[in-house]
Amino acid sequence: MANQEVDQSKRRFLIAATTAMGGVATAAVAVPFVMSMLPSERAKAAGAPVEVDISKIEPGAMVTVEWRGKPVWLINRNQEMLDNLVKHDEKLSDPKLDVPQQPEYAKNATRSRKPNLMVLVGICTHLGCSPTSKLKAGEEGMGSDWPGGFFCPCHGSKFDLSGRVFKGSPAPINLEVPPHYYISDSRLLIGEDGKGA
Amino acid sequence: MQKYLTCALNWVDERFPLTANWKAHLSEYYAPKNFNFWYFFGSLAMLVLAIQIITGIFLTMNYKPDAELAFASVEYIMRDVNWGWLIRYMHSTGASMFFVVVYLHMFRGLLYGSYRGPRELIWLFGVGIFLCLMGEAFFGYLLPWGQMSYWGAQVIINLFTSIPFIGPDVSLWLRGDYMVSDATLNRFFAFHVIALPLVLVGLVVAHIIALHEVGSNNPDGIEIKKNKDPVTHIPLDGIPFHPYYTVKDIVGVVVFLMVFSAIVFFAPEMGGYFLEANNFIPADPLKTPPHIAPVWYFTPYYSILRAVPPLFNSQFPGVVAMGASVMAFAALPWLDKSPVKSIRYRGPKYKSWLAAFVVSFLILGYLGTEPSNVWGQFGAGVPLVGGADRATVVARVLTVVYFLFFALMPWYTKSDKTKPVPERVTG
Repeated sequence: MANQEVDQSKRRFLIAATTAMGGVATAAVAVPFVMSMLPSERAKAAGAPVEVDISKIEPGAMVTVEWRGKPVWLINRNQEMLDNLVKHDEKLSDPKLDVPQQPEYAKNATRSRKPNLMVLVGICTHLGCSPTSKLKAGEEGMGSDWPGGFFCPCHGSKFDLSGRVFKGSPAPINLEVPPHYYISDSRLLIGEDGKGA
Repeated sequence: MQKYLTCALNWVDERFPLTANWKAHLSEYYAPKNFNFWYFFGSLAMLVLAIQIITGIFLTMNYKPDAELAFASVEYIMRDVNWGWLIRYMHSTGASMFFVVVYLHMFRGLLYGSYRGPRELIWLFGVGIFLCLMGEAFFGYLLPWGQMSYWGAQVIINLFTSIPFIGPDVSLWLRGDYMVSDATLNRFFAFHVIALPLVLVGLVVAHIIALHEVGSNNPDGIEIKKNKDPVTHIPLDGIPFHPYYTVKDIVGVVVFLMVFSAIVFFAPEMGGYFLEANNFIPADPLKTPPHIAPVWYFTPYYSILRAVPPLFNSQFPGVVAMGASVMAFAALPWLDKSPVKSIRYRGPKYKSWLAAFVVSFLILGYLGTEPSNVWGQFGAGVPLVGGADRATVVARVLTVVYFLFFALMPWYTKSDKTKPVPERVTG
């Protein structure tokens, strides 16, 4: 044995093969650690739908409920608000709702299933702050041509009462309309599209 | 007595190179004799690191990384734990002072060309330390679970959402939930108290080993190793780090601790710059505070993020610009083509660009603490910028200046008029 010449190429091959297998094993072991950082089963279960009684929301008022840890706004728009909504299409980034930020059944003039009741995830599409409601037209500090809507305190994005973003806002797209459907006239379920969606 | 001590030292030295290390890094590490004021900040950064680690250990004894308990446990530390308020204020002041010291330390590098060859790796380890510090500050800021903690983390994690294709999954993975939640707090605690500190200490060790391999730069930017005593091979312009610079650094430590104590005892919140008022309100996932801004040390980059308008329905370009504004420092050793290192021998072009960079950095930093309408709007009749927020326009101009400092560096450093560099260090 001692007199035999060392086969360098075989030795290099074995080193490379061992290193490669070791690398594969290391990568495989990393998988459970990386996966452990994804939402746990409990966190996923907490994303269950939320049922809300909407009969108590006065016309022109808004309530906030929590769904998946996020604020969801329910705005009962009155007739004046609905009339204002159609007057400023040219100031909006996406008035035609081309970006799929709403389920198919909300891709309409009012972005809603029932014209008056708007359902929105109250999280700015810019960097995730929760915008402040400025529901009244011409509200203090928003300028006289303000049609009513939402203003994000973090970076100044503006949205109308359908959650559509105004041009010149840092937010690139409209607020999200979550999946929702009416269980009855007075009860709304947030988090599911419901039958026939 | 002396005999026994010598005996004990010999016993250790035969088993561990204690004396050899003492000599290599202190008593026979020859540093240039012309260090000035700017050379305090390296050792001060080590001091602050020690303060943060020690106060941090004692804070973890009473802090609870749980979304239900975290806010109250910090108040408990402040009110009921013996001396808890002092330890906590030392830690929060230490965080800000860490950045003060590190920014001055980095500026020293810009002044004297300390990042130039053969010190590129020292600089890169330093950039790594800086990134680690930013991570520490970010993760640590969530722990008190106040309103700013919560919404700050929400905004920063959402930066990752804007990465094309994989963004939403990356931010979900970082949060471990659909919103910033208990899972996020718990993992940030793990990053803050163990993962990043280990990396940080490792990088500091690498930074110093690399420094002691090539030797320190100096305000003249010349290599003292080029002029060695022919017999002893000790650099003629070098003096042993210990006792000369240990004693000098102790003076720096004393002055620093005077400033540090003054802040801890008299202005721990620093008018909202070190501890923001909104963070004394518990985190509320349904309500964003009316004005949110990062802590002062992040504001220049935050201003750059805000200054870049969205392109193609995406915030990603702003995020890239913010990342690039931090990472640009890493490229400095290869961007600077000047024949000299120190500002003492550089010409007017470099000096003007450095001044423009510093001014941009400071004004961007200020603007980042304020809402974007802080300076009002331009009148509607002004060409190009009519109706726009003045502060946004200024931030855009300064962002361009910030990047041009780096992007044009190969040209303005090469063509600059330089003065002759002396053979030996001066004053």
